[in-house]
Amino acid sequence: MVLEAKHLRKVFQSGALLKKGQEKVAVDDVSFQLKTGESLAIVGESGSGKSTVARLVMRLIEASKGEIVWQGQDVTNMSARQLRQHRQHIQMVFQDPFASLNPRMRIWESVAEGLRVHAPELNQSQRQEKVADMLERCGLSASTMQRYPHQFSGGQRQRIGIARALIVKPKVLVLDEPVSALDVSVQAQILNLLADIQADMGVAYLFISHDLSVVRHIAHRVLVMFQGKVVEEGSVLDVFTKPQHEYTQNLLAARPITHPSERQDIT
Amino acid sequence: MLEIKDLSLAIQHQETATMAVKNIALTISKGRVLGLVGESGCGKTLTAQAVLRLGEYQGIERVNGDILWHGESVFDMSDKRLRAMRGGQVAMIFQEPMTALNPVFSIGSQMVEVIRLHLGLSKSQAKEHAIHYLKDVGLDEAEELLNQYPDSLSGGMRQRVLIAMAMSLHPECIIADEPTTALDVSVQKRIIALLRKLQKENNLGMLLVTHDFGLVAEMCDDVVVMYAGEVVESGSVLDIFDHPAHPYTQALMGCRPEMVKEGESLTVIEGQVPAPGTWPKGCHFSPRCSRASEACQIKAIAANAWQDSGHQARCIHVQEQA
Repeated sequence: MVLEAKHLRKVFQSGALLKKGQEKVAVDDVSFQLKTGESLAIVGESGSGKSTVARLVMRLIEASKGEIVWQGQDVTNMSARQLRQHRQHIQMVFQDPFASLNPRMRIWESVAEGLRVHAPELNQSQRQEKVADMLERCGLSASTMQRYPHQFSGGQRQRIGIARALIVKPKVLVLDEPVSALDVSVQAQILNLLADIQADMGVAYLFISHDLSVVRHIAHRVLVMFQGKVVEEGSVLDVFTKPQHEYTQNLLAARPITHPSERQDIT
Repeated sequence: MLEIKDLSLAIQHQETATMAVKNIALTISKGRVLGLVGESGCGKTLTAQAVLRLGEYQGIERVNGDILWHGESVFDMSDKRLRAMRGGQVAMIFQEPMTALNPVFSIGSQMVEVIRLHLGLSKSQAKEHAIHYLKDVGLDEAEELLNQYPDSLSGGMRQRVLIAMAMSLHPECIIADEPTTALDVSVQKRIIALLRKLQKENNLGMLLVTHDFGLVAEMCDDVVVMYAGEVVESGSVLDIFDHPAHPYTQALMGCRPEMVKEGESLTVIEGQVPAPGTWPKGCHFSPRCSRASEACQIKAIAANAWQDSGHQARCIHVQEQA
């Protein structure tokens, strides 16, 4: 086991959408374990708290309660300096490949950022070499590394985002809806890439998604969230073929059909 | 009812015009739903917007071809005539229910305004009318809803309001551009059921723009597949699902995660869609096509290069695969 979340809870207080004194429990008593090299998917609809869990795990926001444990070490109370070191092990890929790259940085600089922190001994040409290797690993030609983000399509930008996360050789990738903004043909390319990388490097994925067919394809285990709570957890096969909780059953029933013959006649 | 004939559109930008949509032809009949399918940037939204001449405000120009509404060219319509057609006869439902409603007016005032404009009802009649249609789309607390503002509604409710607004003007035809894309799956399912019910009950013609084959499977009678500004295949929904003919349609259908068994990798289409202005000379799909030959790259391929009773594909190699 590499990563464990214990009884995570996040309460938002009077933010942009809340009146003064009002509270919103976004995540309530969420626990899970992520094992080396496996993919755990968190599924749920908007507002279920799944992205909040991702941000808590990364400590991009602080938990109101609960603990995140990394190989026996408590992440929740790490100092800023310790956290910085810790981020070598756990990296994140975001949903929107258009918003997650700095438009004023050449892409090799964006990808190399992690190396400046985690491998400060490397000089510029060594860093460039590593970036070139990683970009090629992610399906981009090394000759593109001097370009800027706007010169790339959505799918290519997501490849850059993945290369940027992988460059420090993390043990865990937190992926927040990594293919939701992509066309189905590009989505297939990225999903295959993620599967290859996992087989190759043994990275564990915490995969946040609302798309059940994507989850079924990529995940080993699934956590279903509803209104901040985990309502069901199990292997992909169990959750998809023998859903126990009513919410999971409804979610599965709402999946889009795959052939016109499945149409239910309307009354 | 609605016929798009050989339509080409170009994007005007700083004195240069780039062809974005080339020789599109399709027909929407009363009571039938036509799915216009393709990936981002293939020109499907531009085509749909051209029906109501909405692209003109964004520098989209007609190069050739025509769009006929009951035989009348929309490009020859006067502004007054066009205004009456927009909403009144052909309604549009947009992808973003967040941006399609004006945040500073209540739902009621926005609905009453268009109803009065198109149907010439009094204020109180228009309000009754609005309430009737809000209830029709499953918004039971319609009276209260009229006084609310868009920001207090969920995405699904906003989409219902837009559908009610569209239906309240008794259109004959609806253009729906990705009507469920921004919604959660369970909400999607309900909106799809609602659209199908309204379409059937009112015998509406519908042009449904989408990239989602699930939505096509749920709703469409006929399908037109676009790639890089061209129609590559058209046929009945069963033609497309059971016997896709064009290599692009086949590849696109195969990319869906539900199409492979556990542990298999997904089928991919290598490379990416060429942007307008960088289309290849022959078949637009040829650089990414496993079946492409020299003949595919020499000159443009006719839309009906292959056909079989209403099912057409822009491909010269379809025969060979049999």
